[in-house]
Amino acid sequence: MAKIEFLNVTKTRSIDGEMRNVLDDVSVAVEKGTILAIGGPSGAGKSTMLRLANRLESATSGRVLLDGVDISTIDPIRLRRKVGMVFQLPSLFPLTVQENLTYGPGLRGVEPSSLEAKVREMLDMVDLPDLSPGRLAGELSVGQQQRVAIARTLMNEPEVLLMDEPTSALDPATAKSVLELVCDIRCRYGITVLFVSHSLEHSKLVGDRFLLIVDGRVIEESDIEAFFLGPSTELGRKFLAGELK
Amino acid sequence: MEYISLSYASLGIAVLFIISAMAVSFRYRLGLEKDLAVGAVRAFVQLTAIGYVLQLLFVSERWYYVVGMLVIMLAAAIKNAVARQSVTLKGMFTTLGISIFVGSALTTAVVIGIILRVKPWYSPRYLIPLAGSILGNSMTGAALALNRLRSDITHRKPEVEAALALGATSRQAVMPMIRDALKSAMLPSISSLMVVGIVHLPGMMAGQIIAGAYPVDAVKYQLMVVYMIAAAVAITSMMVVYLATSLFFTPDHMLKAEALGST
Repeated sequence: MAKIEFLNVTKTRSIDGEMRNVLDDVSVAVEKGTILAIGGPSGAGKSTMLRLANRLESATSGRVLLDGVDISTIDPIRLRRKVGMVFQLPSLFPLTVQENLTYGPGLRGVEPSSLEAKVREMLDMVDLPDLSPGRLAGELSVGQQQRVAIARTLMNEPEVLLMDEPTSALDPATAKSVLELVCDIRCRYGITVLFVSHSLEHSKLVGDRFLLIVDGRVIEESDIEAFFLGPSTELGRKFLAGELK
Repeated sequence: MEYISLSYASLGIAVLFIISAMAVSFRYRLGLEKDLAVGAVRAFVQLTAIGYVLQLLFVSERWYYVVGMLVIMLAAAIKNAVARQSVTLKGMFTTLGISIFVGSALTTAVVIGIILRVKPWYSPRYLIPLAGSILGNSMTGAALALNRLRSDITHRKPEVEAALALGATSRQAVMPMIRDALKSAMLPSISSLMVVGIVHLPGMMAGQIIAGAYPVDAVKYQLMVVYMIAAAVAITSMMVVYLATSLFFTPDHMLKAEALGST
């Protein structure tokens, strides 16, 4: 599994015709097998961090390292297979569950028929053991779709998993079961996880460490327990008190 | 067979059709009277001018005049296809230009050189109307395909990014949208294959019959025309959707945010 590091990363974007830093000199290291929960107010730059980590976007300056290698030197296709991403909405393809799950390996030329056992294993992993792989993705509930989306990403056997608010579209009970699933995935595969969430409760449930970003800047990064017991910054205390939106 | 030559005085009576259309616009307050008047005058000026140009070409029979005319028609087709895009992007002119040129040139070459075996190849009597018909349809197909592709990628951005995040190349990620764009560009020419001769007699065939050709001969020409149009549209739109990938993605398979915009 892999360590991922952000070194002085800045991302500038045009917002309402004005160039703004959505990420401003961000530096953070996430050790192998760690779950880093990333929190902060809306528009803080949390999702942008994830998008930079698998090169859906590129940084304006600074570097992102995967096991010490600058990701801008890695072929983006190879990188994205190593650094998988789960989005806020499941974004399944309008195909069957089986076709969704075999999409990633299929791109590498793996014959879908040779993946039946693996598809079953992944559906078991995401707690959908009774789901028929022949079902159309569009027929599933949002919670089931999000689980299938996680399984689809895991089919590529990623070393890092980026999760961009994967629970925000789910009801509380389903969200809780997806959070348990994230912990299971880390335990079973030892994957490094960057987990972005609006919910402090969700961050606390899954995270080993916590990163607070406000206006694109890192405010604090600490052990999750330490943050929730007492943030070391004023902004951290305000965020915990729900005063930053 | 002789045909009835149309005098300008008789043509003047046809202006009544435009006036009646203006009356409808006036009655329902559509505000289209000015557009109709301008359109009618523009059509008159443009067609009269092209009539004289063609007459000149027919008399001179020089290949470079004919090719020059084709280049002007190609430029106008490309400009029009670009103007029909709801968002203008850098590189769009080149993408549409190459596609319309290749699709039209290939089809025209086959029609002129292999099917009709026109001698000399630049005979304006054949080359200009056939190339014009091919260019016009290629232009519509190319414009339709590119607009549809951009709009679909914009609407289905989450799906595209999910595919990219799984390790798809930009082309693999937009393949479902490419298929839909190709279908939407090709369906009009396929529909026209279905109804030709039943719902309407196309312009070229009607013109030939009025000019004295035997209907069966005119039909053969028309069949060639509808087949060549179907091929030209297919080739052009296929090239557009393949070349267009670079309009929407960086070489590193990242979506260009500025390329999507509104639908």
